[in-house]
Amino acid sequence: MATPPNSQETRNAASPAASPPRPGVARYVSGSAAQALLVPVLAVFVGLLLGGVVIAATDAGVAAVFRAFSADPGGVFRAIWQAVVKGYGALFYGSIGSPREMLDGYRIYLETGDNKALLKAIYPFTESLTTATPYIFAGLAVALGFRCGLFNIGAEGQFFIGALGAAFVGYSISGLPAFLHLPLALLGGALAGAVWGAVPGYLKARFGAHEVVNTIMMNWIAFRLSDWLLTGPMQAAGFRPVTPNIKMTAALPRFFEDPLRFNWGFILALVMAYVVYWLLFKTTIGFEIRAVGANPDGAKYAGINVVRNFVLVMTLSGALAGLAGTAQVLGVDHWVGQGFSAGYGFDSIALALLGKSHPLGVVLAALLFGFLRSGATRMQSLAGIPIDIISIIQGLVIIFVAAPALIRWLFRIPVPTAEETVLTRGWGK
Amino acid sequence: MPPVLELRNITKAFPGVLANDHINLDLNEGEIHCLLGENGAGKTTLMNILYGLYKPDEGEIYVRGKKAEIHDPNDAIALGIGMVHQHFMLVPVMTVTENVMLGVEEKRYGLFLDRAKVAARIRELSQLYGLEVDPNRYIKDLPVGIQQRVEIIKVLYRQADILILDEPTAVLTPQEVEGLFKVLRSLVAKGKSIIFITHKLKEVMALADRITVLRNGRTVGTVTPSEVTPEKLAAMMVGREVNLVVSKQEAHPTEPALEVKDLYVADERGNLAVRGVSFDVRLGEILGIAGVQGNGQTELVYALTGLLPIQAGKVRILGQPIRSTSPRAILERGVAHVPEDRQRHGLILSFPIHDNFVLCTYFWPLFARGLRLQEKAIYENAQKLVEQFDVRTPSIFVPASSLSGGNQQKVIVAREFSRPIRLLIASQPTRGLDVGSIEYIHNRILEKRDQGTAILLVSSELDEIMALSDRIAVMYRGQIVDIVPAAQATKESIGLLMAGIHPDEAMKAAPTRPGEVERVF
Repeated sequence: MATPPNSQETRNAASPAASPPRPGVARYVSGSAAQALLVPVLAVFVGLLLGGVVIAATDAGVAAVFRAFSADPGGVFRAIWQAVVKGYGALFYGSIGSPREMLDGYRIYLETGDNKALLKAIYPFTESLTTATPYIFAGLAVALGFRCGLFNIGAEGQFFIGALGAAFVGYSISGLPAFLHLPLALLGGALAGAVWGAVPGYLKARFGAHEVVNTIMMNWIAFRLSDWLLTGPMQAAGFRPVTPNIKMTAALPRFFEDPLRFNWGFILALVMAYVVYWLLFKTTIGFEIRAVGANPDGAKYAGINVVRNFVLVMTLSGALAGLAGTAQVLGVDHWVGQGFSAGYGFDSIALALLGKSHPLGVVLAALLFGFLRSGATRMQSLAGIPIDIISIIQGLVIIFVAAPALIRWLFRIPVPTAEETVLTRGWGK
Repeated sequence: MPPVLELRNITKAFPGVLANDHINLDLNEGEIHCLLGENGAGKTTLMNILYGLYKPDEGEIYVRGKKAEIHDPNDAIALGIGMVHQHFMLVPVMTVTENVMLGVEEKRYGLFLDRAKVAARIRELSQLYGLEVDPNRYIKDLPVGIQQRVEIIKVLYRQADILILDEPTAVLTPQEVEGLFKVLRSLVAKGKSIIFITHKLKEVMALADRITVLRNGRTVGTVTPSEVTPEKLAAMMVGREVNLVVSKQEAHPTEPALEVKDLYVADERGNLAVRGVSFDVRLGEILGIAGVQGNGQTELVYALTGLLPIQAGKVRILGQPIRSTSPRAILERGVAHVPEDRQRHGLILSFPIHDNFVLCTYFWPLFARGLRLQEKAIYENAQKLVEQFDVRTPSIFVPASSLSGGNQQKVIVAREFSRPIRLLIASQPTRGLDVGSIEYIHNRILEKRDQGTAILLVSSELDEIMALSDRIAVMYRGQIVDIVPAAQATKESIGLLMAGIHPDEAMKAAPTRPGEVERVF
């Protein structure tokens, strides 16, 4: 294997101005943004490729002809090709929809004013965006933590607690106009999540307790606390462990009629992504957060209060994760039940990694996850491919993102000169 | 007889840089061949190629007249090539014996370590080459000079007869350097051959049989010490005339800017590192703190700059007491700090240069309106400082990590010097820098002094302390052994103080027992 030029001597002599032609795939890509996207995009590509292998390997049709491999090898490859195309075709149809149906629906709408066909055609697409919404919030939460060198594994618990907070404000208050009730419910969800994030943040700052351990513990507390709340104080009338429905004054307005659930939560998520971007890169607060994340010793030297930033970031991170749950309650479900979060908080860790902890990257990664998740349901019903395949593809993508050296080696991409973002630090620091 | 080692036309390119460009080097048996060059000249790359860590793009290596293929360090060791790295590769919690046998363990019944046999061999080597060391001591208990001996013994134990030493004197006192030179001379007298990598001219002049100078990856020439002067060597290294003598005017100290009384500081692990230190630094003077690394200087500076808490004692900066004050509060009193570890404290390496220039002042009204960073002002500030301090960089937007060590240091110096400051605390300000950058930073420090700034200079480079200081304090084991006016100090007297021997005792000890000084370490 080629040895990277990492000795001090060579680095000193390097002049970044003179850049020789880059080997491998990198040759065709220029610009730092494209460079930053290269590895994640290739990781997704390799993930989908290997996902195709899994689809083929588990396909009954392929298995049937495979027994006759020696007799008809071409038939096997045809079967594999068919299985993969059918699977990914269904995934595409399930997550984005059929372009032809959309055009037809649009024409019918223009001609007759009947939007039923159009809404049916765009349903998969809007549903994917709806699924992506909590991913964006939760991904931003984890990414913000990463930027400060903190590993917030507690997004799952904060998501849950945030959802319960928003639901409580949503159902317990009545008679308020929407322009007051909705912001109040949003605030309630964000605050509940913030408290859940602040506790491990404070424990780390004050006592040096590692946030990974404490956020995991806070997750368990959140799960069991919600069990109790849903079977006790917050339970709706009846026997099911669910909260009452929120008042419609607290709901995030939807853009279309049922069954389309696409709502303002998505817009709010995009706005929040911009706010996080602005905070991180345009303000003194973000300067401090990034300095602490990149080099806590250097930050301390510069007079930055490192531990205060830990508390601040964990609080903000908790608030964002809380908003993820909030958006799901106020925009989609309108009530909270047991097992409400469905792993959003944990997926968001992978998603923040995929998005390189940059708000824009997080939005893109969240869209990918949203489309995969939402398309998977359709893929299962249309192509008979189990929904779990999507989990496998997601897992593969994350493995490749987490092992950039592997992708670089596969595609012969040179090591970037700039330091990569430090995501987390070791224990006990 | 062919040379023991011959490098022919070694070429190695890294993306964007030709680290070695057709370099030729030969080493005769029983010779000390110094490889001299600035940082980035390609010395380490060349030696890493020789040691099998890098593969050359072009060129051949001949060992004892035969062409050698060196793919990894094991090949190099098999050919009798041994390397003593700049940063020791020792396991502190193991004994000398265990460290020496690490990787080539002697075993009894194929299962048990035969420490006794190895220890005996270590004693043998110690006697043969004057490398005195107790095989049963733990590395963590040994002073740096002895640890280096262990590194050399490790190499000899693996039967190397070509030794490469990479900047071996960086961590030693002048006396320890003398001791090392003695060892090296005895090694070559017994037929070993040595490549000695350094950027220190004086060492080269004292030690080398021949000198090869590298600059920008090319061989500038090979000379013998009798043919050249230090000035000429410096010119070969840098490519222009360099003024090796720092010229300075007399200091005009006024009122005290920093007063330290009975200061006690614990290091990060809680061990008392500074034990009852008292001194003051006045405006318009440079107080140099000399001492071998690890004698409390680091912790002293950390305490003065708010990075470590003060355990006991009093510190006053410009008349105001500080006690467990935050770094920012100290900074705002007009204190600048050029930190010892520029990559750990001085810079956020992944940040672009323009952000590193405002690392301590990003919140000033000039750079931030409310929460909002004023990017334009930050860029202008960076552009100005890059020009003013001659930072060599393609732009102000590249990350600090992409600059050379010297230019990284210039970024820090520019940032710290560009604020209105009354007290400058500079720790190892030129460590690892080339002659040109050192000259530049020294002049800037003197300029600050002449403008009336109080300067506390901490350095383990005795030459630097002697050249810049008006008064010299010497630290040993957390205490100040003595403070002497620079005019009265000699390299020898300071060297003794660095070893913890007070002048009066030294007077008594030195003439009667000359061996004493060395054995202290």
